[in-house]
Amino acid sequence: MASVVGTFTVDPRSRAPKGRARGEGATGWAFVSPSVLIILGLSVVPVLWSLLLSFQVNDLVSPSEWVGLANYKALVKDPAFGSAVSHTLIYTALYVPLSVVAGLGIAIALDRKIAFIGLYRTLVFVPFVVSAAAQGVLFSFVLDPEFGVANSLLHKLGLPAQGFFSDPGQALYLLVAISLWSGTGFCVIVYLAGLQGVSSELVEAARIDGAGRWGVLRHVTLPALAPVTIFLLLFQTINALQVFDLVFVTTKGGPLGSTTVIVYFIWEKAFKTFTAGYSAAAAYTLAVALLVIGGALQIYRRRVAAR
Amino acid sequence: MKRISGWHLVLAPLAVLFALPLVWLLVSSVMSNAEINRFPPALWPHAIKLDGYRYVLGNALFPRWFLNSFIVSAVAVTANLVLGSLGGYAFARIRFAGSKLVLGLMLATMVIPFQLTMIPTFLVMKQLGLIDTLGALIVPSLVTPLSVFLFRQFFVSLPRELEEAAWIDGCGRLRILVSIVLPLARPALSTVAVLTFLATWNDLTWPLIAINSDSTYTLQLGLTTFQGQHHTQWSAVMAGNVITVLPVLLGFLLAQKAFIRSLASTGLKG
Repeated sequence: MASVVGTFTVDPRSRAPKGRARGEGATGWAFVSPSVLIILGLSVVPVLWSLLLSFQVNDLVSPSEWVGLANYKALVKDPAFGSAVSHTLIYTALYVPLSVVAGLGIAIALDRKIAFIGLYRTLVFVPFVVSAAAQGVLFSFVLDPEFGVANSLLHKLGLPAQGFFSDPGQALYLLVAISLWSGTGFCVIVYLAGLQGVSSELVEAARIDGAGRWGVLRHVTLPALAPVTIFLLLFQTINALQVFDLVFVTTKGGPLGSTTVIVYFIWEKAFKTFTAGYSAAAAYTLAVALLVIGGALQIYRRRVAAR
Repeated sequence: MKRISGWHLVLAPLAVLFALPLVWLLVSSVMSNAEINRFPPALWPHAIKLDGYRYVLGNALFPRWFLNSFIVSAVAVTANLVLGSLGGYAFARIRFAGSKLVLGLMLATMVIPFQLTMIPTFLVMKQLGLIDTLGALIVPSLVTPLSVFLFRQFFVSLPRELEEAAWIDGCGRLRILVSIVLPLARPALSTVAVLTFLATWNDLTWPLIAINSDSTYTLQLGLTTFQGQHHTQWSAVMAGNVITVLPVLLGFLLAQKAFIRSLASTGLKG
């Protein structure tokens, strides 16, 4: 969601037509006030409230008690938070580069006019619109150790049956794989749109200068797509660091806590063990990390765009 | 004879790989319980059995969840179209004190991650008495900064001359927006509708927090709990899953261009 914040153009003619400029203030505010009230009311207030909560002990029912930095201090020492952070980082480090690289490769493969190309595109995109809950329920079944089709196939191939989501050594990687199945389509869509903007004259010129397929890709296409790539890295990273729904539906953070990611940790602390202050401290830690990553990539993106 | 492209050798298996889990979803939803629950499970049904669908639709809660999801999504889409276009139009066309500041603030809220606001939002909804009602799901999704922003960008790109004749004739802003600008705004309207529908129909996190009673569940939440309670009746669970996915899938197949343009636009406007 952070993507759209970038630059927005200001209409140079943004002034009222002659003669009736006065009295427009009331109309303007009347038009925007419902949106402003809802959006700012449900973001600014909660953000400040969360900050207060993170310095308090709160069980969502009784009045809260001020504890200063105790939540943050406990968080640093909590091994469960530490492993939630590392699970999230492993997930992100695998999912983001793989989805972006695969997205680029598939987009290039799909960027041609051949028979069935519309069908191919549809099939690659379609998992992206399937909800995380539906994906989770589907793959819980496919990967069910007893009744799932995955083990049935392994059996047919003469391979040993796997534990899948019940195996602490596999569960997190399976979540990455499922996310790749559904999330790569988004990268493909964005890259395909970006490829339409790569100047065909430049490609032609490079060809005439003797560049092969790889030469064109490396020296023309990839540099032209750099802003798209940076956007996707940012977007996918922000999404990956916030993964929750799929985890909740498939593993509930298990087995043996092997898939407890940061947002699952935050949800659990707030709505399962009712330690909302502690949860808010974890949420703030994650939010600051997201802001730093987002800010750094935005600056880098401006620099690339300015070049 | 036309030469067949070698790319089919790459693209066809790839497309099958992406489609296979969904094909399996559909296939397993029409298997009989006997076939689905044997070891090793059957890879293909011998006959199409609608046991799963009968079970799911006979369960009074499932249709209820569908209705709940539909109500939340329909209200959210309508509200985002109305409030988003009103706000977007004012930010694009009307000069008023504070507009740049407010727009900047609204866009800045897009970087706030949901986990940061979910506990206070829960407490706010509790204060309003909305927890465990559809209202708790509807209020936060009435309008998003993205909807306002997408409308604003579209209206800024429209030539101002279109509105000038009506303005000189003395039409008000609302009249101009409704009868001149909006009929030209189909791309913006469909983008906002698609993105809002996807976000509300597919959401699980917020309903999980805000709803407790099973009669108020949305489909996503209902399906998740249903799976927890019926994990031995896989054909029923998969039938429920098909019903959950179907509206989005049909929408995508019928309006593929609008979907893809909407999704790509979130990436390229930045």
